[in-house]
Amino acid sequence: MDAFLNGWGLTLVTFVPLVGAVLVMALPRSRELWLKAAALGTSLVTALFAVLLLARFNVSRAGELQYVVDRSWIEVINSRYIMGIDGISLPLVLLTALIVPLCIVYSFGHFPEPRNPKAFLALLLVLETGMIGTFTAQDLILFFVFFEVVLLPMYFMIGVWGGDNRRYAAIKFFLYTLFGSALMLVSFLAMFFLADGTLAGLEAARTFDMRALSGGATTAIARTSQLWIFAGMFLGFGIKVPMFPFHTWLPDAHTEAPTVGSVILAAVLLKLGTYGFVRVAIPMLPEAAAAWAPVIGLLAVVGIIYGALGCLAQRDMKRLIAFSSVAHMGFVMLGIATLTPFGINAAVFGMVAHGLITGMLFFLAGSVKDRYHTMEMSRLGGLLQQAPRMGWILGFCVMASLGLPGLAGFWGEFPAILASYNPAEILNKAVFRSYMVIAAVGTVLAAGYLLWMLQKTAFGNARAEFADSPDVTDATKREYLAWAPLLLLIVVLGFFPRLLHEATDPAVRESLRVEAVDGAPGDCLEVERGEDCFERLRRVSEQARSGR
Amino acid sequence: MTLGALAAPLGVLGFVRPHLDWHALAPELTLLGVGALLTCLDIALAERGRAVTSALAGLGLLGVLVPIITLATAGVASEPRIMFDGAYVVDGYALILKALFVVSGYVVVLLSMNYVAEGDYWENEYYGLVLASLLGMVVMASARDLISIFVALELLSIPAYLLAAWRKRDLRSTEAGLKYFLMGVFASAIMLYGMSLLFGASGSTVLADIAAATPLDRGADAVPSAAITVGVIFVLVGFAFKVSAFPFHTWAPDTYEGAPTPITAFLSVASKTAGFVALGSLVFVGFWERDDVYGPALWFLAAASMTAGNLMALRQKNIVRLMAYSGIAQAGFMLAPLAVAGVNADVADQAVSAVLTYLVIYAAMNLGTFAVIMTVARRTGTGDVASYNGLFRVSPGMAVVMTVFLASLAGIPPAGGWYAKFAVFQALVSADNPAGYVLAGFAAVNAVIAVGYYGKIAARMWFEKPAEELGDAGRIPVPFSLRSALALTVGATLAFGIVPATVTHFTDVSLLAVAAAG
Repeated sequence: MDAFLNGWGLTLVTFVPLVGAVLVMALPRSRELWLKAAALGTSLVTALFAVLLLARFNVSRAGELQYVVDRSWIEVINSRYIMGIDGISLPLVLLTALIVPLCIVYSFGHFPEPRNPKAFLALLLVLETGMIGTFTAQDLILFFVFFEVVLLPMYFMIGVWGGDNRRYAAIKFFLYTLFGSALMLVSFLAMFFLADGTLAGLEAARTFDMRALSGGATTAIARTSQLWIFAGMFLGFGIKVPMFPFHTWLPDAHTEAPTVGSVILAAVLLKLGTYGFVRVAIPMLPEAAAAWAPVIGLLAVVGIIYGALGCLAQRDMKRLIAFSSVAHMGFVMLGIATLTPFGINAAVFGMVAHGLITGMLFFLAGSVKDRYHTMEMSRLGGLLQQAPRMGWILGFCVMASLGLPGLAGFWGEFPAILASYNPAEILNKAVFRSYMVIAAVGTVLAAGYLLWMLQKTAFGNARAEFADSPDVTDATKREYLAWAPLLLLIVVLGFFPRLLHEATDPAVRESLRVEAVDGAPGDCLEVERGEDCFERLRRVSEQARSGR
Repeated sequence: MTLGALAAPLGVLGFVRPHLDWHALAPELTLLGVGALLTCLDIALAERGRAVTSALAGLGLLGVLVPIITLATAGVASEPRIMFDGAYVVDGYALILKALFVVSGYVVVLLSMNYVAEGDYWENEYYGLVLASLLGMVVMASARDLISIFVALELLSIPAYLLAAWRKRDLRSTEAGLKYFLMGVFASAIMLYGMSLLFGASGSTVLADIAAATPLDRGADAVPSAAITVGVIFVLVGFAFKVSAFPFHTWAPDTYEGAPTPITAFLSVASKTAGFVALGSLVFVGFWERDDVYGPALWFLAAASMTAGNLMALRQKNIVRLMAYSGIAQAGFMLAPLAVAGVNADVADQAVSAVLTYLVIYAAMNLGTFAVIMTVARRTGTGDVASYNGLFRVSPGMAVVMTVFLASLAGIPPAGGWYAKFAVFQALVSADNPAGYVLAGFAAVNAVIAVGYYGKIAARMWFEKPAEELGDAGRIPVPFSLRSALALTVGATLAFGIVPATVTHFTDVSLLAVAAAG
């Protein structure tokens, strides 16, 4: 079993959904039941593999890549098919493998107009391959390919099954993301040519191997080059997150996307950006990361406040949740910007928690829309009267989202703020402490807009126009089925954050470790005058290169 | 009089028959044979031959692949066959291009079958001219001499002028042919003038000798004389017409729109490739060291073509015109690596591989796009972009296939185009100089602009209600030959994207090494 998982586990968990998509495309359109069964079946098989990977995952060595496969792929550019997961990837793979079947179950009763379940399910499965692949790839080009594979299915999902303004939203989403990734690709290439794999123990100097690039191959790159390369990645990942001021595609995309699209977008797609920072940008270019961190932190806190104020100005429930995502991702980015294990652990936790909670909120928004056929908060109200169970679930998710202790959201938000009190040594404490204060104000605002939304939609009496509407029913069995696992996880992770931290912590520490070369101190992020430390590191690496 | 007696005076004049490597010439000879066979059959069978002409042309082209494959297995890539004092070289570079021309020609024949048969055009002449043009291209791949390059160019162009005007009862087609002809001749004239200057400066027409001649050697004489500068620029301009680079692109949209659609596909892929092949031989073998001349010129052509092609494509309402402008932009991408090729030998190798890779992938995705355009036009009878509205609901398969091609043209993984763009970026960044990085930035921004119009077609197919032209007769029928062409191109496009090694295995060649050996 172990041998099988080691050789094939990651390949299977990544590509089984794609096989499912092909299967769905091959089945006749008229047999809707077969289509559903095939899609659900393959996504469950994927989930099963993900669970097997979890079961055999060696938590005590979570800092190392496990289940590694390394095969030749594109030899001319020395890009290889390398897959592997560590404690950071594992929770995200699990999250994806969990969300997709739930989305499929949720969409069973009513595929959004214009229906066409065949195409809808096929796209959903292609999307799953792209998302899981991004989290498992350990070669920059492979990573890039998966990162981009996600684009088209999401574009079609918004454009075909979306709301009235769907075409605009779809193309905006597409162009924004593509712009970022084009520059990101140039950065990857610059790194390919400037880094030296031999410093990390590889035979070839030029490499896309992420393990080598974050393991010391980049230490000899000149500081200016590093800053530019990081800037390219920053754009690519920052747009995906999205960070202020690149966030404007997000509210449009979320508002227009069909429910399931919004859920996937919020739960997983946004994490591709933050994951990129944690996995690629920071471990590979710690020096540039330290130089850029104040900017990232600033944009993060601006995002927190701006997102919150944006929420307060919304009249559309779904758009409000979308803006709240901007704010929440701001907390995640603030945690990342501190460059401390504590902050990045919080960020990874925040990613998972936001995925569960905001995914859930979008499910609820979709269900509210099915019943009331509107998202205008001024026309909603009285959900607790008309559909009490759903109303309570909404209340629960709102509490989780505003960071109530005991629920998952708390462990993403609070430690991120705390971490910015004490950022990495190389960073300016005063700056980050001011960020902390601003972010803390953001949490108050978050409570404000979330409770306001709850009040508008769930409290009071139903409007006369919906008072006797036959559409307004309480949550259905199918909805419970789709929601229960998420709700359960929100509570479990809220009470036992250790479940996640145990896996992420060693991996985060490993990713922040700056390789010590003989003669130069390691861990330059955590010493006084870190710039000098990096400078010395560079000189030692250059000597090592010329010595060969 | 015997043959020997005829040859005797030549011997007196000191003529020695040059060494002919029959194996190396086998692809050209086979192609010539197939063309001759077609003509003879037409004379012998007249009308009765119509039915078999297209099939014979297609099979003949596949037959040409046989000597190409045997040459490849005979290790030509590592030991190039050099003939006529270096004027004609069969190496890895030539071989992959010959294969590309022949396979593209085969797909064009597949595209033509129904079109020509149903359009009541002369069949024999049509295929005969396609084969003649292909012969010119196959020769071009090996030509390493100004004269053989010129002969190959004319051999491939003249049949193409005729083919562009093939729908002779249609004014647009006549316009297409005439415009193409006049522009082409004009370009040839400029190029010939440039070649004469190069010959004057170096004293040789063989590219390797031109490179070795002092005036073109960067080390000997840092400042180029005016003659060389003008010569190099004029030759480049001549081929810039051929590859439809901005600002020499003006013929392309009109010609593409007026010509029969299979011929448009042929022009946009095979003929363009031939232009790049010649550019490649000239730049890498002929005047590689003179990058102070061709570098800035090609840099400008590349940046201008990408930008102008993309911006103009955004406004097009006819799909064939849109593809013409998209082709101009794609040509800009292919020119880009050549602009930085002169930095050093390593970058030159990267650049030549990048251009070849791009050409191969571009051929698959562009021919495929035209196959879809032709299939849809059989139902709608128009090239209007709006007639693609709602194609997904009428013919989902066709819409998915078209989406694959559009994604590939836009450079979105996993369709092949991403690797083509990637190879270009890689070559540009490997130059590690400001020119390279700035051009890479240009390319990155342009890659995004291009999605604007490719994405718009995709959006029309998927998001809109079906257009009236699509009718309500259900799915669009696909004849067998178009079906094969689609299967071939979709398969290739996806394979190139998912396992790029399928291309790079063949395109990882170096022209400089051959130049040095020659």
